[in-house]
Amino acid sequence: MLFRRLHLSVVAICALALPLHAETVTDFTLPNGLEVVVIEDHRAPVVTQMIWYRAGAADEPEGHSGIAHFLEHLLFKGTDTLAPGEFSDTVEAQGGDDNAFTSWDYTAYFQRVAADRLELMMQMEADRMRNLRLTEEDVATERQVILEERSQRTDSDPAALFGEQRRAAQYMNHRYGVPIIGWRHEMEQLSRDDALAFYQRFYAPNNAVLVIAGDVEPEAVRALAEKHYGPLKPTEGLLPRNRPVEPPQLAERRLTYADGRVAQPYVMRTYLAPERNPGAQQQAAALTMLAEVLGGSGTTSVLARALQFGDAKAVYTSAFYDGSSLDQGTFGLAIVPVPGVSLQEAEDAMDAVVAQFLKDGVEPEAFARIKTQLRAADIYARDNVDGLARRYGEALTTGLTVQDVQDWPAILQAVTPEDVMAAAEMVLDRRRAVTGWLMQDEENAL
Amino acid sequence: MMIRLALALILFALPLRAEIAIKEVVSPGGITAWLVEEHGIPFTALEIRFKGGTSLDAPGKRGAVNLMTGLIEEGAGDLDAQGFAAARDGLAASYRFRAGIDSLSVSAQFLTENRDQAVDLLRLALVEPRFDADAVERVRGQVLSGLRSDAKDPAVLAANAFDAAAFGDHPYGSSGDGTLESVAALTRDDIIAANTGALARDRIYVSAVGDITAEDLGALLDHLLGDLPATGAPMPGRAGWALAGGVTVQDFPTPQSVIRFGHEGITRDDPDFFAAYILNEVLGGGRFGARLMTEVREKRGLTYGVSTYLAPMDHAEMFLGQFASANEKAAEAVAVVQAEWARMAAEGITAEELASTKTFLTGSYPLRFDGNGPIADILVGMQMQGLPIDYAATRNEKIEAVTLDDVARVAKRLLRPDDLHFVVVGQPVGLASDG
Repeated sequence: MLFRRLHLSVVAICALALPLHAETVTDFTLPNGLEVVVIEDHRAPVVTQMIWYRAGAADEPEGHSGIAHFLEHLLFKGTDTLAPGEFSDTVEAQGGDDNAFTSWDYTAYFQRVAADRLELMMQMEADRMRNLRLTEEDVATERQVILEERSQRTDSDPAALFGEQRRAAQYMNHRYGVPIIGWRHEMEQLSRDDALAFYQRFYAPNNAVLVIAGDVEPEAVRALAEKHYGPLKPTEGLLPRNRPVEPPQLAERRLTYADGRVAQPYVMRTYLAPERNPGAQQQAAALTMLAEVLGGSGTTSVLARALQFGDAKAVYTSAFYDGSSLDQGTFGLAIVPVPGVSLQEAEDAMDAVVAQFLKDGVEPEAFARIKTQLRAADIYARDNVDGLARRYGEALTTGLTVQDVQDWPAILQAVTPEDVMAAAEMVLDRRRAVTGWLMQDEENAL
Repeated sequence: MMIRLALALILFALPLRAEIAIKEVVSPGGITAWLVEEHGIPFTALEIRFKGGTSLDAPGKRGAVNLMTGLIEEGAGDLDAQGFAAARDGLAASYRFRAGIDSLSVSAQFLTENRDQAVDLLRLALVEPRFDADAVERVRGQVLSGLRSDAKDPAVLAANAFDAAAFGDHPYGSSGDGTLESVAALTRDDIIAANTGALARDRIYVSAVGDITAEDLGALLDHLLGDLPATGAPMPGRAGWALAGGVTVQDFPTPQSVIRFGHEGITRDDPDFFAAYILNEVLGGGRFGARLMTEVREKRGLTYGVSTYLAPMDHAEMFLGQFASANEKAAEAVAVVQAEWARMAAEGITAEELASTKTFLTGSYPLRFDGNGPIADILVGMQMQGLPIDYAATRNEKIEAVTLDDVARVAKRLLRPDDLHFVVVGQPVGLASDG
């Protein structure tokens, strides 16, 4: 996820449970197609407005990578009634903060302000949904900014470059294989026309989700939404998001990336994996539990216990899965070897642990602990209404419904050890995997 | 009542209509804490700070406090590392231990339904850490791995180079993580010495926010902290400033230079601190509209982001900034920062900038109080800075009271363009070390 600003609050929505009926959520849809979700939290007189567009890097036209994220920057440049920069200036003049971020499946903008300033925020956000004005000069300067952003966050970081290469190998046909920030040679060519074409097609009430979270009443939000967003014209003829589908992967893909700036070599493997789907989240729930069991804890998970203790092979191990994507995602394993252990030895050790796990199955005590933690996460999550807002926004722009979000905790709790093992057998197939080695030099390459 | 409680109840209204009732709780054993009762969600956030942090490292033992902190949760009492983690996870509690330059922090969150067990377990870690040999080697390996990564990270290299040049042999002059050599040489005795030196009752600050009463908190504090040593290691002395104005280039093969810059700053209790705070916000507050962001990013596209900040620490004060810029553009970006520094030193800020910055700072302040964890963090920070318990109610008045003359005066005193030093890590074109 790319943020417009340097300030990087990590918003990885962890795949933990959501309190069943713990938060008060209301949702409705305006006649022009805008979906609205209201999450009430009356502990403090604060509100967050988030507008989520069902348009991200994976919706970009070929040859124009980075346009979704570039447009996100340009949305702060002005409208018929707002001068460049005035949007953020106005939010700040109200004591609020605002920012935006882009992923493969969505682009989102948010402001956090005192609850009685919500209407002004809605007025401005509705304005820039349809009335953006861009000059060639704005576009040229901001293009330099995103190129600097790429330099800072990708080209200066061998781990980020490695990730980019692995994704490109993972997805042969789907745009998930193209970086959100864009390939540099394509970013350099992004134009005002590219930005406006993407904007006019995707920035519309019938392609957006409005999430209002905080000290608000649903009926008051409905009235304000009708007043400010209601008059906006939808985009006619907007097609369903049917993106190219990955062909069956039949052969394991392997790559090495060597970079003199690498200090700590590691192995990372990702397997193509199903995502959460509306009304069908059981398999994703089992994969979520599998990731927790295998590598969720740095101390007690299967990988950590086998590889980081005793005659330790690894400094760090991990298993990870995030089912929140519109199309097929990945399930991942990683191992960072201790000095003196080669990447081949590390990978072999990791594979041996996984093979043993497939024989042994899930340890009941560990499984029970993880479920306890997921239940408690429901309670802790209520302390952060912004986090809840992100959860709904992300779900609704990756094909899920409000009901799916609310069903998810119970579905996680219903997962059995047998479900986990079936998910493991299904996903941990090397023929569907990309295995990458990040290293300092090629000497010990594959 | 079975325990004695000294309760100073202070109610105040935030500028909006939020009301946060902060109570000062003194436990029977004499430990003071600030408490906000919030019974809406059945958990408590507890923040504990031990003043000192990595600056307490003994000479030649750099990294000892950091390594020790990483080991607090890796085995305690009759539990080894895995046993401790399993017990903690079974309670769905979370404990975080972090070593900062001026303090060691403990952040805990636990459910009301098993609070006593969660506190017992945390107490075990604080009072009876084991520092098993295998745990020491495992965590040492993690620290060394991090240090090897740092050695290839231009942002870390820039920070370390700046600190070394500014503070020399004082603990502030080197990373609290230590070096590959110093960490490799640390013994279990060094770790135990760091533990008893850093976690002592003469340096504790506590806040709690959540589903807990003053009575329960008082008893909890004595149980949790009462068996720690009464006194710990002596604090380091004042850190002298040894860095003159200029440019230092450290060659590093990367397409984009990372630039850290700054000079001496201002103390937190200086009468002009709020004027300086506003001045920094206008110059490099990191927001759009701040002068450096406007000049370096918005007008010229030379960086993705640039910001400055005041860093009043316990033993020195800094005024720092950072940005990254393509090697070809770094020299221009540095020149723009120097020019803006000089312009503000000479001219101060405008009436419009003062007004809009006041509106932002006063309006955004209550937004910080958004959850038990964040509020607990703010309250413990206030105590460490020596602020009164009603500070949050008066803070915006102090912002409002700052005048243009105040800012102009502090601009002349604080902003010293000739003393500004830039450490550049990369391969910048047209920039070289001077002096």
